[in-house]
Amino acid sequence: MATNVNALLESLRETKVWKSIFRRGPANSNRTRSLAVFGNLFLHWMPVKVREKALHVRVSYYLGSISFLLFLILSVTGILLMFYYHPAAPNAYRDMKDLQFVVSSGVFLRNLHRLAAHLMVFMVFAHMFHVFYRGGYKPPHEFNWVIGVKLLLVTLFLSYTGYLLPWDQLAFWAVTVGTNIISAMPVIGEKIRFLLLGGHIVGENALLRFYVLHVVILPLAACVLMGIHFWRVQKDGGLTLKAKDSDGK
Amino acid sequence: MANNKIEIGFSSDAKKDPRRVVFVTKKTSAKVLGERGPEVMTYPHLLLREAIAFEILVIAMVVIALFWDAPLEQLANPLLTPNPAKAPWYFLGLQELLHFFPPFVAGILIPTLVVLALVVIPYFNVNVEGEALWSRYPSRNLRGVLVTTILVLAFLVFFDAWTIITPTAIVASVLICSYTGRQKTTGWQAALASKPLSWWIMTWFIAVSICLTVVGTFFRGPGWSWIWPWRPHVG
Repeated sequence: MATNVNALLESLRETKVWKSIFRRGPANSNRTRSLAVFGNLFLHWMPVKVREKALHVRVSYYLGSISFLLFLILSVTGILLMFYYHPAAPNAYRDMKDLQFVVSSGVFLRNLHRLAAHLMVFMVFAHMFHVFYRGGYKPPHEFNWVIGVKLLLVTLFLSYTGYLLPWDQLAFWAVTVGTNIISAMPVIGEKIRFLLLGGHIVGENALLRFYVLHVVILPLAACVLMGIHFWRVQKDGGLTLKAKDSDGK
Repeated sequence: MANNKIEIGFSSDAKKDPRRVVFVTKKTSAKVLGERGPEVMTYPHLLLREAIAFEILVIAMVVIALFWDAPLEQLANPLLTPNPAKAPWYFLGLQELLHFFPPFVAGILIPTLVVLALVVIPYFNVNVEGEALWSRYPSRNLRGVLVTTILVLAFLVFFDAWTIITPTAIVASVLICSYTGRQKTTGWQAALASKPLSWWIMTWFIAVSICLTVVGTFFRGPGWSWIWPWRPHVG
């Protein structure tokens, strides 16, 4: 059975259509396996070869990969949630109730998005601390560490802007408490808070601004920064390995 | 008109005008790349692992999302302030700081300094080798550590910030323990004694952050008073 499936897949990879889509035949030689990476728009920033030791779980715990995968899950669930959401008060709250009682699997969709969001904040922090303890910020990785810090800030802002969107008491007061802190900044604090909220209190304008930041501006910023971040990992010579990683344990 | 070539600072003809590529002095040795070790193809070895990580992650998250509902409270009401009004968990450490320090210090100064400190980490070329804190001048370094610790603790005591004092004191005592074990070659004391100063600072920072976040999330009730999460309270 399994061999039949394999044989079928093999013959599929030899077809004209397959080759026209993937620009190569079956990846059965190192040349075609290299092509599979650098001949693919979505993978071409990756190295063709990686050091065997860099694949060990203990080197990275896949924390960076998991953060990125969570971003993918958040994008998909977030787009689905956008179909059911109006960034206006109090419609936003009614949409939450609709997700709960009207939309099929609406609660599940929201649960998944919220869980992934909190997990992503946690994973990005974990990734940063792990990279620090491994010395992953040392030359030539200095600037990629800085981009990582920016990505941490974008992640925090993404999560925080999303926190307001359900427009319930939890959301409203969490954002009120947070944005009140900005007023403590001397001279420009009040102005920055006004710019962020579109007013002096957390109201409809704030909801709209947070929505635009949450679904357009911050995800775009995250995508650009992630692109540079991943590409730089390869350009700077891959993950940082320590001497003790060479024990092969 | 004939000469409208773009003038640049140096010639691009390497044969005619050789340029210095590397400059090796007596003090610095040319950096030699170490052996990179055996390599494997990204496709399939790395991509397969990423795919497995993705599948495990999705399955685990779907299972959790089926049973753990995202909270939804009443419609936002600007006239009804909950007590306490809490920010999301990742900002509760800051909110806990606000309890001890004025808003400008806790809300603006400290976060800004933390972000700046994170950004400059790779540009501080102090101790790139990761030399252990006690490897050279151990008694001088111990004196420095003790004076700094006492100053920091005195500052925190002045503000009565005991949720910062506790993790600080714990990390400081482990640090001093590692001094007494600096001669050992095996065991946890030897492992700790091999850590550089940057390791200790980051560990202290993480310990304080975790303590503040956990206290802010679970142990703070009405008026930011201390509560026990397992005991019901009026709120």
